[in-house]
Amino acid sequence: MTAGTMHSGKRDIWGLVLTVVSGIMMITGLYLAFVFAPPAMNLQTAVERFTQRVLYFHVGAAWVGFFAFFVTFAAGIGYLAKRTFFWDNLAHSSVEIGLTFMTMVLVTGSIWAKPTWNTWWTWSPRLTISAIGWLMYIGYLMLRSAIDNPARRARFAAVYGIVAFMSVPINFMAIRWWRDIHPAVVASGSNEGTGGFDMSPNMTATLIFCVVAFTVFYFTLLYHRMRLGNVEHEVETLKQKAMYR
Amino acid sequence: MPQNLSSSITSDRVISEHPPQFAYLHKVLAIAGKDIAAELRTKEMMSAMFVFSLLVIFIFNFAFDLRTDNANTLAPGVLWVAIAFAGMLGLGRSFITERDRGSLEGLLLAPVDRSAIYFGKFLGNVLFISVVEVVILPLFIVFFNQPLGIIVPLVGVIVLGTIGFAGVGTLFSAMVIHTRARDVLLPIMLFPVVVPVLLSAVRLTAGILDNLPFEDVQNWLGLLVAFDLIFLAVSYMMFEYVVEE
Amino acid sequence: MIKVRNLVKAFGTRVVLRNISFDIEPGEFITLLGVNGAGKTTLMSIVATLSKPTAGKIFIGDMDTQQHAAYIRRYIGLVSHKTLLYDDLSGEQNLRFYARMYDVEHPVERIETVLRQVGLWGRQKDPVRTYSRGMQQRLAIARAILHNPPILLLDEPDTGLDQGAASMLGELLAAVGTAQRTVLMTTHNLERGLSLGNRVLMLSDGKIAVDMPREDVSIEALAHYYQQ
Repeated sequence: MTAGTMHSGKRDIWGLVLTVVSGIMMITGLYLAFVFAPPAMNLQTAVERFTQRVLYFHVGAAWVGFFAFFVTFAAGIGYLAKRTFFWDNLAHSSVEIGLTFMTMVLVTGSIWAKPTWNTWWTWSPRLTISAIGWLMYIGYLMLRSAIDNPARRARFAAVYGIVAFMSVPINFMAIRWWRDIHPAVVASGSNEGTGGFDMSPNMTATLIFCVVAFTVFYFTLLYHRMRLGNVEHEVETLKQKAMYR
Repeated sequence: MPQNLSSSITSDRVISEHPPQFAYLHKVLAIAGKDIAAELRTKEMMSAMFVFSLLVIFIFNFAFDLRTDNANTLAPGVLWVAIAFAGMLGLGRSFITERDRGSLEGLLLAPVDRSAIYFGKFLGNVLFISVVEVVILPLFIVFFNQPLGIIVPLVGVIVLGTIGFAGVGTLFSAMVIHTRARDVLLPIMLFPVVVPVLLSAVRLTAGILDNLPFEDVQNWLGLLVAFDLIFLAVSYMMFEYVVEE
Repeated sequence: MIKVRNLVKAFGTRVVLRNISFDIEPGEFITLLGVNGAGKTTLMSIVATLSKPTAGKIFIGDMDTQQHAAYIRRYIGLVSHKTLLYDDLSGEQNLRFYARMYDVEHPVERIETVLRQVGLWGRQKDPVRTYSRGMQQRLAIARAILHNPPILLLDEPDTGLDQGAASMLGELLAAVGTAQRTVLMTTHNLERGLSLGNRVLMLSDGKIAVDMPREDVSIEALAHYYQQ
């Protein structure tokens, strides 16, 4: 991702490669999730068994949601150390994409919850921490949009990204202790509360593949979003030059 | 070493040649003291916080129809919601006055490490919130009909919770004053990050009210103390980046 | 006393100070001029160690401001167009606070001295809120000289003052400035600025356009820069 390939209008090999690979993996993932993976035999109804498949995307999205947050955390440190636009762009882009995935977690979680536990929402640890992460993302974006000065915006966003992410592990621990009805996903036979189930090898393979596919998808989106950010930055720079001679 | 500077004060030297011992601590206390003195003159912030927390307790009482049997289950939550909201109110105020009158620059001009400003403000915030808590606590005991023996351990929990709250809150309120939507932004940014504080505090309060053995709640105490220490340290480190220009 | 070397300050992509270098000797009274946006306040703010340069260095008393900022601040006093005062506290409380922050020895006596010097003795117990704008600026000067700094920075100290108050301020500055201090002052009032200073620096488009002793400067020549 050198500056050269970031300019619009030039041939963008990386972008193309990433998009194509992403596309292939996501479609494969869909196939695996809906066709290849066997139905969960311990679930009663056909509806339950079908919606269980959303798990593959739910877990993938959750992993990416928090991975993106980690990237923002690291990029925040990078910005405070180096003060270049690249780090701020990385942090901001990662938040936007992470927010999308996090929203997906909450929505798929809800889709899963309804037939399984007959409720639209549960305060299970993973959903709760995802909701909190979602709020942090929103807080980050709201903070950014409320500051006009670009240097200050980048600095404050970096600080918030760092502090907020550091609270995630502690949050997770606290919420885990607080409530516990979410099934342990790749557990071997442990049934925590209602809804636990075993994972056959095919299911595990599907799950892992989907997680990887989502991660590649994340990087693709990140790449494109950062390119967009670079272009916006260039426009801003040119505007400044024009305005102030 | 600083020949040119100190020797060029040809008239009487007014400041001490070398900073006295404990100068840092003195200045931290001076900053906190100044905030307290200013607030004592107007009392506008604390009266707002006090009235607000009273309202919260009253509203909860009516909203949840707290009869004696379920009062004890809800009591810890009510207490901490009141403290959290009153706290948010107070935190928002502490930097606003500095900014509007330009006096933050006065602090930044002072010959002391920037972190002294953080600790001074932090102390001031802790004190302000504590004063409100001192008023809420007896009301809480009265309205929820609690035995007096709970006061001492409860005060301990309240102190720890306030520290956790004000530690991060002081950092965030320093950021938020530079923004447009400052009153709305602070709760959105702060709440997700301090969830562990609230969870631990509520659990510990419940443990105290229900007279649970210490072992049952000790990991919550550990979590709360860990949060306080970690986030005080992180906020202290990040503060420099927030006030620099 | 103050050495500015290749100073650059940029806000994002906007460069406000472009590679500025100059020296200030002890005892000089410099009038810093320039149109709005020329970078005067930015420069003052960097010299006062309130902002950091994007590039370049500033040495105050042979010490690098970026390394010894906290120590250098003991020897700098700043009066800006914001008062830096706490409205709800009294004049005396304000000064006592700053006396603590600057480790002033014998604060009580020193506070009385400066209050008398700026002509506010008698009003020190009243909240600053009740002071007129002119009185607030005088208290701001009192705050700035409280710790008897060898370097005094004045950023448009006559802002918002009427003629009478401004000329009173001018007299005060003349008295305060000659107490063997090094002074850097920006002002929009050309006449007063020129009457007080003994050297003139002018910023234009982020660079130093004029740097000469006061005697060599004529108002007509300077007006040329303002018209651009």
